[in-house]
Amino acid sequence: MAAANGGAGSVLPGVTAIALATAFLIVLLRVENQTAIISLLAFGLAAVAVANWFGWLAPVTRSFAERENALDAFAVVAALVVAAVFHEDHFVLLLVCTVLLYIVATLGLNIQFGYAGVLNFAGASFFGIGAYTAAVLNEHTAIPHLLVLLIGGVMAALIGSLLLLPVLRTRGHYAAVVTIAFALLFKTFLEVNDVLGGPQGLQVRSMKILGWSFNDNFQIGGVKLSFYISYFLVSLIILVLAFVLVRRIERSWVGLNLDALRLDETAACCFGLDIVRWKVTAFLLGNFLIGIAGTLFGMVGGFVQPNNYTFADSLILVSILLLGGIGNPWGVVVATVIVVIVPEKLQAIQEYRFLLYAALVMAVLLFRSEGLLPRPVRRYFPGWRP
Amino acid sequence: MTLEPTRRGASSSVLNVQGLTRRFGGVVALDHLDLELAQGEILGLIGPNGSGKTTFFNVLTGLYTADSGSIRFGGTEITQASPQAIYHAGISRTFQRSRLSLPLSIFDNIMIGNHKRLNQKLWFNLVRRDAFRAEFAASFSQAQALVEVFDPPLAGRMFEPIAGLPMIDRRRIEICRALISEPKLLLLDEPSAGMTHEETAKLMDDILVVRQRLTGLTIIIVEHEMGVIERITDRCIVLNFGRKISEGIFAEIAADRQVQEAYLGLQ
Repeated sequence: MAAANGGAGSVLPGVTAIALATAFLIVLLRVENQTAIISLLAFGLAAVAVANWFGWLAPVTRSFAERENALDAFAVVAALVVAAVFHEDHFVLLLVCTVLLYIVATLGLNIQFGYAGVLNFAGASFFGIGAYTAAVLNEHTAIPHLLVLLIGGVMAALIGSLLLLPVLRTRGHYAAVVTIAFALLFKTFLEVNDVLGGPQGLQVRSMKILGWSFNDNFQIGGVKLSFYISYFLVSLIILVLAFVLVRRIERSWVGLNLDALRLDETAACCFGLDIVRWKVTAFLLGNFLIGIAGTLFGMVGGFVQPNNYTFADSLILVSILLLGGIGNPWGVVVATVIVVIVPEKLQAIQEYRFLLYAALVMAVLLFRSEGLLPRPVRRYFPGWRP
Repeated sequence: MTLEPTRRGASSSVLNVQGLTRRFGGVVALDHLDLELAQGEILGLIGPNGSGKTTFFNVLTGLYTADSGSIRFGGTEITQASPQAIYHAGISRTFQRSRLSLPLSIFDNIMIGNHKRLNQKLWFNLVRRDAFRAEFAASFSQAQALVEVFDPPLAGRMFEPIAGLPMIDRRRIEICRALISEPKLLLLDEPSAGMTHEETAKLMDDILVVRQRLTGLTIIIVEHEMGVIERITDRCIVLNFGRKISEGIFAEIAADRQVQEAYLGLQ
């Protein structure tokens, strides 16, 4: 760890951290032996603890704060490297796509809950609305699939607006209960609705862009690539766009408005803030992102059924947000990687994964209530000096 | 008993309150309050705890609705207006218990008060980042210049969170938040609460400096410290049980027998 030597404004600590994390992730994804996985996870935890003990994480944090654009680009490269390493491995690539799209969905939740303070316990339902949109539109229409992604987002936002009235009229826990009710209702509705396949669900036709079918394996220069590579690339592009959107929201008067209404509604309205307008904006934007992620996820998985979009899945999204650090998009990335990949690799705990999530969230709330990567104070333009 | 308020012609009247009444169940928190305020005046609002001072601020800023009576601000009826509309009309305030957003920076908190002068369009904020950057930089200079009046070192710490600041700095920031949009009427609700005498004296001096820069700024101040009231107010109104019991310059209300009984504790 040469990270400690990096001076102010150096990219080196950040690059080192991303490189090490990526290498660790690749090994973790490669290893199958359960004992090896457990030792690896223990090693990872210990490494982070040791780095923290020696103060090696501070330069990393500074590096991320000051050389953000370079490191964001490097993170995209790291994701590409992971995909390149596993270019033939269907299972791992599917897992990576799942991580990317869960990050997008949780970023949407982050706009709603992290910034505006509007709790949404129906995240998985809006994710499902996207997936069902993909199933229906890909089957019955010839709408270009990139457009279907947008429509999926819009559908999630539109159906979500049914919830706006009750959510706006209630506050805090009561608004949360409204969304829980919606999540339960949504699943029941799907189960009894024969047009949408009932409990068995629907097939989703694979993505096609300009005649390029995403469900075919392909070759580049004699190297065989899994068909999931195409999905991975689209997922990554959507993630980058979502990340930029969330960043810009946070670093603008919009983000300030959302923070102001979350922290003190009374003070905010004494300074002219239109509470309804900004709550609606946050709720719709968040659902839009969740819907887009869900639409693509439906196409990636090729199948939708009500059981994939339960209240429990909504709780996973919320727990990712709590774990990662409310309001910090990087926290969402790290927490999603942990929450999605660890149970998938550790078969021993598959059955107990909700127990694991619950324990993780409780531990975080008790000992580090701001999450793994606490949100830093807003800098509208990092590095800007008056 | 009372002197006529120092009127500078009817046109310069900023605030005109007539028969303002607000009840909470059986309690009459404001009882037919009449009040007139000339432009540039500093009015002290005093009275025992629960006499209706903060209730008056809350009705005036639209947080509570009046049961009867009327409020005219700059000739416009604002009795039933929303807090947002009242802010846009040019009234801003501080709160008795400082209501800053603790996790946010000094700059963010001041910008919350600048809402009406910032471009709130989504497209501008999210897409036109160069234009946004220009507005941001201009707002930053304004905010920094304002904080400098109160405490120059504080102006160098604009991106530090409020949570780490002592009470005096929080009060300063709260007043900056109220002043940044250049209101016509400033409502100060016990600005000295939680501070020492020296800190309070300094804060009041700074407020007077700002008032000279913002020509025509009118102030209503609720305060328990009589030294402050005596020093900075042009005129005082004394409330008791929601009713106006005395009005005049400080020396007059201090000499008023009724005021002494109600407030200063003389029998």
